[in-house]
Amino acid sequence: MKKTTIATAVLAGLTLSGLAQAQTLNIVSWGGAYSDSQQKAYHDPWMKKTGDKIVNIDKSANALAGLRAQTQAGNVTWDVVDMLPSDAIIACDEGLIDIIDADKVLEPAPDGTPPSKDFLENSLGECFVPQIVYSNILAFNTSMFPKDKEPDSIKALFDLENYPGKRALQKKPINNMEWALVADGVAPDDVYEVLSTEEGVARAFKKLDTIKDHVIWWEEGAQPPQLLADKEVSFASAYNGRIFNASVNENQPFDIIWDAQVFELDGWVVPAGKLDRVKDYLAFATATPQLANQAKYISYGPARKSSSALVSTMDGTDIDMKPHMPTYGPNFKTAIRKDDAFWADHLDELSQRFNAWLSS
Amino acid sequence: MTLPSDTPEGLTTADGRPLKASLEHAVRRHRLRALMLVLPLVAFLIVAFILPIGSMLWRSIDNPEVSQGLPLTSRAIADWDGQELPGEPVYAALYKDLETGYADRSIGRVASRLNYQYSGMRSTLMGSARKLGRLEGPPWKAAMISLDRDWGEHDLWRMIQREARPWTLSYYLSAIDMQYAPNGDIVEKPGYLQLHVKLFVRTLWMSMLITALCLVLAYPVAYLLATLPAGKGNLLMILVLLPFWTSLLVRTTTWIAILQQQGVLNDILVSLHVIGNDERLQMIYNKTGTIVAMTHILLPFMILPLYSVMKTIPVGYMRAARSLGAGPVTAFRRVYFPQTVAGIGAGSILVFILSIGYYITPALVGGESGRFITNLIAYHMQTSLNWGLAAAIASILLFVVIICYLVYNRLIGVDKVKLG
Amino acid sequence: MAIPSCATRGERLWAWCFRGICALIFLFLVGPLLVIIPLSFNAEPYFTFTPGMLNLQPDAFSLRWYHEFFTSEAWLSAIKNSLIIGVCSTVLATVLGTFAALGLSSRHMPFKGVFMAVLISPMIVPLIISAAAMFFFFSKMQLSQTFAGVILAHTVLGIPFVVITVTATLSGFDNTLTRAANSLGASPTRAFFKVVLPLVAPGVISGALFAFITSFDEVVVVLFIAGPEQRTIPIQMWSGIREQISPTILAVATLLVAVSVLLLATLELIRRRNERLRGMTPAE
Repeated sequence: MKKTTIATAVLAGLTLSGLAQAQTLNIVSWGGAYSDSQQKAYHDPWMKKTGDKIVNIDKSANALAGLRAQTQAGNVTWDVVDMLPSDAIIACDEGLIDIIDADKVLEPAPDGTPPSKDFLENSLGECFVPQIVYSNILAFNTSMFPKDKEPDSIKALFDLENYPGKRALQKKPINNMEWALVADGVAPDDVYEVLSTEEGVARAFKKLDTIKDHVIWWEEGAQPPQLLADKEVSFASAYNGRIFNASVNENQPFDIIWDAQVFELDGWVVPAGKLDRVKDYLAFATATPQLANQAKYISYGPARKSSSALVSTMDGTDIDMKPHMPTYGPNFKTAIRKDDAFWADHLDELSQRFNAWLSS
Repeated sequence: MTLPSDTPEGLTTADGRPLKASLEHAVRRHRLRALMLVLPLVAFLIVAFILPIGSMLWRSIDNPEVSQGLPLTSRAIADWDGQELPGEPVYAALYKDLETGYADRSIGRVASRLNYQYSGMRSTLMGSARKLGRLEGPPWKAAMISLDRDWGEHDLWRMIQREARPWTLSYYLSAIDMQYAPNGDIVEKPGYLQLHVKLFVRTLWMSMLITALCLVLAYPVAYLLATLPAGKGNLLMILVLLPFWTSLLVRTTTWIAILQQQGVLNDILVSLHVIGNDERLQMIYNKTGTIVAMTHILLPFMILPLYSVMKTIPVGYMRAARSLGAGPVTAFRRVYFPQTVAGIGAGSILVFILSIGYYITPALVGGESGRFITNLIAYHMQTSLNWGLAAAIASILLFVVIICYLVYNRLIGVDKVKLG
Repeated sequence: MAIPSCATRGERLWAWCFRGICALIFLFLVGPLLVIIPLSFNAEPYFTFTPGMLNLQPDAFSLRWYHEFFTSEAWLSAIKNSLIIGVCSTVLATVLGTFAALGLSSRHMPFKGVFMAVLISPMIVPLIISAAAMFFFFSKMQLSQTFAGVILAHTVLGIPFVVITVTATLSGFDNTLTRAANSLGASPTRAFFKVVLPLVAPGVISGALFAFITSFDEVVVVLFIAGPEQRTIPIQMWSGIREQISPTILAVATLLVAVSVLLLATLELIRRRNERLRGMTPAE
């Protein structure tokens, strides 16, 4: 298995390096630890191989706005964009990004499985190539709770009596509404069905009301680990990789509550008209070994089944990465898959309502 | 140059032309030269500033998405009377529009646009477009409704008819928390969706409070500066000018360092045992944070105009009033204060205008309760991507600012603005 | 405010109280700026005074954050970008603004009020509105995410300051001087360079300083229209404050305070020279 991987990679490298002249690629991503992992797993090897220059742009948080503005201007400077699938659906519908035929553009798995079979079910989009599965989880600082009273369920977020202190939550309705319902007794599988009704929405807000005065709202992914480290909050919602990195790299005493994790994909899209230019990079970066390599630097699960099998330990340590992945069995029991279709329809209205709720 | 006013026509210049004509010619030439000096800048500002603002104002009512993305449907629905569901021709047009729009991927913009007005429109449109292939043929009305029941909703068609016009008021309505009822009446949004008016009001009252605080703090300082001997006055003036010249972000950062929970002020209070270590005060990321930081940042803009007015008030007036028997309070109230009203007006309007348009400081230290309407403009620009709504809110804010500006211009004159 | 010797006890008391109040207000104005200076020398990554600092232990202080600043590629390129954008937009704004001010100060200028109101408007319109407007328009003109775009935007924002300061200098300008130069045989161009310019120079320079600091300190417009290649110091600070406040920000802040002290000193020198030139001695 491993030999074939290396052979494919070398082979792919040889064929690719002959093709294109060195160029500069503007790659938009999330910044921080996540961009670092992409740098090490995809960009550095690619630059070494082709002589291309890769410029990192930390604009993924506003990627849809940027794509719309650049397309309107007729001057698209971005070459590859890291985006959430919900944004990618909209961008694809609006014709802002190229349609990608996975089996034609991407590399097959080392054993020859075509990409459409090798990527996780329903993860490839019309214009979207997933890289990772990440998760929105609740984290806490273990030094703030007695050993025998550590929280382990999402209910703790709403339990001010047993777990006092401030909570840091992301300033958007997504995740928070799901958690409110689960903590209020809705089964993880029924969350979106309940949320589709007016009563469900009201119920979620009513639950959120109970902790509203104790919430600090964050907007940048780097904030929650910071707030936990400063002990400004007892709980923080966060991306699981950031928490993992803070606890491993900076020895922070953080722990993750996997209960009711809201997981989703994250991946690449290509601005309209750029596919020819970036096809080779895209195929390289989403090939089995690269996706597996990324998991050495951050605890996000690869979106290819063939890569998952290769995940081992964190780079430079003997920490087994598998138990830190959102898809790891025990972590996955009560997981909620973010419903992109639901949010594509309801985000406009629920954001409005969420903002109104915030300032009431 | 004095001319005998009764016979100006009679005079001539050295080269024999009538003096009046020659003078007029000279004036014209001067006027032309002055204009020529100003024009490049005016032209530059029109291109780089006035036009952008104008096009933004236009965007707040511009509504091209539906009429361009669903052109046939827009035309077909235009003269629908709104009583029964639209007839077959409208559904046929819709079918055609979806077919072309899906092929050239222009339908997505319509979906995004209509989803603002009608939650779920995105999947209704996109889903129907995707599934068009399943339809076998006319009649399209029944076929479309079978694809998605929403196409049989009367209210949805009213909305499409309304938004098919090339311009719209719905962004402005949304900006003041109103909306169209299904029957076309303009009604208030439900309470749980109301936000903008509240933020406008909050921006106004907090700006007034900040202006008032600035005035209270600036008045004694300006008085001291104006009445001190020039040497000492200039020295103290530096204390006013230094913050004035210091980066806005620096000043905001310092307030974060001072006011945050693990910050300097809380540390001092804890070490003085005024509060316990676990009852540290929340002084930032809320209204207090915004008010304190903004008062600090805008204070020089109040001190400077007050100072320049007070500087012109002769000291003798107060002395005269005192020697005529007025007590200190009366002398101040009846003699000094009235003469400073112009300065108070100038400083207050200036601070108020600057305050309602502030974005950076409320965004960094305001938290939820200290947000201004400007933060919402940024939110709609960058996050919700409802640019029409952002433009509408910005236009309303701009209108308020221009009113204040005109008042200011009337009272003081823009050419009297002094800097430092 | 000298306290007259004839003042009653109550008045004296009030006078001292008044001074005390003023001192507190001055403290409010300057104190915060003074607080961050020692904090920026903190050896620990905290935003507050450590016990060591309070006891003045030397090892509680360090130049660590300054070192971080001067060795960080991101910050250094931000300095470079800020300077490029600041200098270019200042030059543009100063040239355009000075000529316009000369025209506006002419007795013969028609519609003076209207023109003045238009030229000042970029200062009055809230930045977020200008930024949004420019974002849309510059995108269409292919100017967004370019240096040219940011420079043009900052030129717009700097212009009112140049116009105001130069017209203010010109309002005290004695027109007979130009006429005297003309009647003594100087060409209008020569008269401008030899007579007008030296006299308005202080106004031009302080206008230019205002324009520069406006650009140097500007966040909102850059946030909307700049690309990754145009990251300026304020943008770097902005994202630093929003994401992770490290004391590097305080080191930058301290350096920026030093810059503003320098600018202020320059302005003061210009003002004194100006007063001397005009034959006014600063009243002592």
